This record gives sequence, C-alpha cells and structure tokens, in this order.
Amino acid sequence: MKLSFFEISRLGIIGVITGLINGLIGIGGGTILIPAMVFLLGEKQHVAHGTSLAIILPTAIVSTYIYQSNNHLDWLLALKIAASGMVGGYLGAKLMQMIPPMRLKQIFGIFMIIAGTRMLF
Amino acid sequence: MLIYVIGLLMGILSGMAIGGGTLLVPALVIFLNIGQHTAQGICLAAFIPTAAVAVITHYRQQNINVHLAFCLTIGALAGAVIGATLANHLEAALLRKIFGVFLICMGLYELLGKLPAQNKN
Repeated sequence: MKLSFFEISRLGIIGVITGLINGLIGIGGGTILIPAMVFLLGEKQHVAHGTSLAIILPTAIVSTYIYQSNNHLDWLLALKIAASGMVGGYLGAKLMQMIPPMRLKQIFGIFMIIAGTRMLF
Repeated sequence: MLIYVIGLLMGILSGMAIGGGTLLVPALVIFLNIGQHTAQGICLAAFIPTAAVAVITHYRQQNINVHLAFCLTIGALAGAVIGATLANHLEAALLRKIFGVFLICMGLYELLGKLPAQNKN
C-alpha cells in the first residue's frame, strides 16, 4: 500500500498528538485516538478500539520509561492499581451488558468536570 | 485499602469502555495525596499489563488494523518522548492545572458528544 504525502502527514499529526497527550497528561489517549480513527480515517468502531490499544501500548511503555527515569513512578502502587483494576475490568465488561453505556458516559462526564475543576484550584 | 477500591472502580469503568484511567490520576492526587507527576506515572505503568492482554485479545479477533497501527505508532512514540519529557520538567502545580483543563474538556465531550459507536456501525 502506497501512501500519499497528505496521508503520511495526516497519520503523523494524529500520532504525534496522541503521543503528546499520553506523555504530558499520563492517560491513554484513546479518547482522542478512537474518534480520530472513526471520523477522520473511516475505521469501524471496534477496529478503531483494538487498533488504538495497539498504538497506545508501546506509547505508554515509552512514557512510563521517561517517568521512571525522572523518579516519578511508584511501582508498588502501580502494581496494586493494575491488579485490582484487572478484577474491576472483568466486572465492568459483565456489567456493560446490563447498564446502557450512554447514560453512564454522561454521569462519567459530570465526574470528570468536577474532578477537573477541583484540580484547577 | 483505599488504593484497591480506587483500582477496582477504575477497572470497572475501563471494562465498560469509558476510560477509567482519566479519573485515576485525580483520584490518586485528591484522595491519596500523591504528587501529580507520580500519579501520572502510576497511571501509565498500571495501564501496560491490562493493555497487553487486551491487545492480544483484539488481535486474535482481528480487530486490529496492523498497517494503520504501525503508521500511527511512529508519530505517537515521538509525541510521547516530547510530552513525557516536558511533563517531567514542569512544576507539579502547573501540570496539575493542565491536567484539570484537559479533564474538563473531555468531561464536556463525554457529556455532550455523541457516541461514535451508535452512528457508524
């Protein structure tokens, strides 16, 4: 598959923005990457979801390495979060079949606005 | 104990595909008094094992566009190096404010934005 200059620049810009957010804010970046792939690149939602994880995994490893190099990492706490997070992830996937995600997304949005405001002051 | 509760709740949100990681950083900062940098580092590190399992599952289900993932990862890795280096050189107070602004924007998007899943599939 041959890519035009326009295609390469577009993929490059989306990639760099994702990486910047991942490194600077310390969160995945899927929130930006998934809609970008669906709306700008015309990928199907489930493919965008899987592909975004494949991109964010190596990106998070690089970011983690840089945080570790700067002594900004607590491995024990990360391990505790990862372990309990995996149990939660399993429960969440089961719960998802019972609760409509749309309503939940809105509740989640309100929580994010409250937490964000709390962090500003 | 609180750390496991936070991990479990964030895992449930992630499992329901609403990005629990976004709330993990403020939860660590607000409830456990962890520094902004370390909270972000923990969030990145805790993401790795879960994402690795998810990537393998998605790959088996052929939900990953490998070519697209490769093209976007190149830019994402460059962005991660820049973003993470920048974050580690910023003052914690400023980084916290940047995170807050970002969180509010994403909260508004979750609250008001349409779900791409329902429009495109």
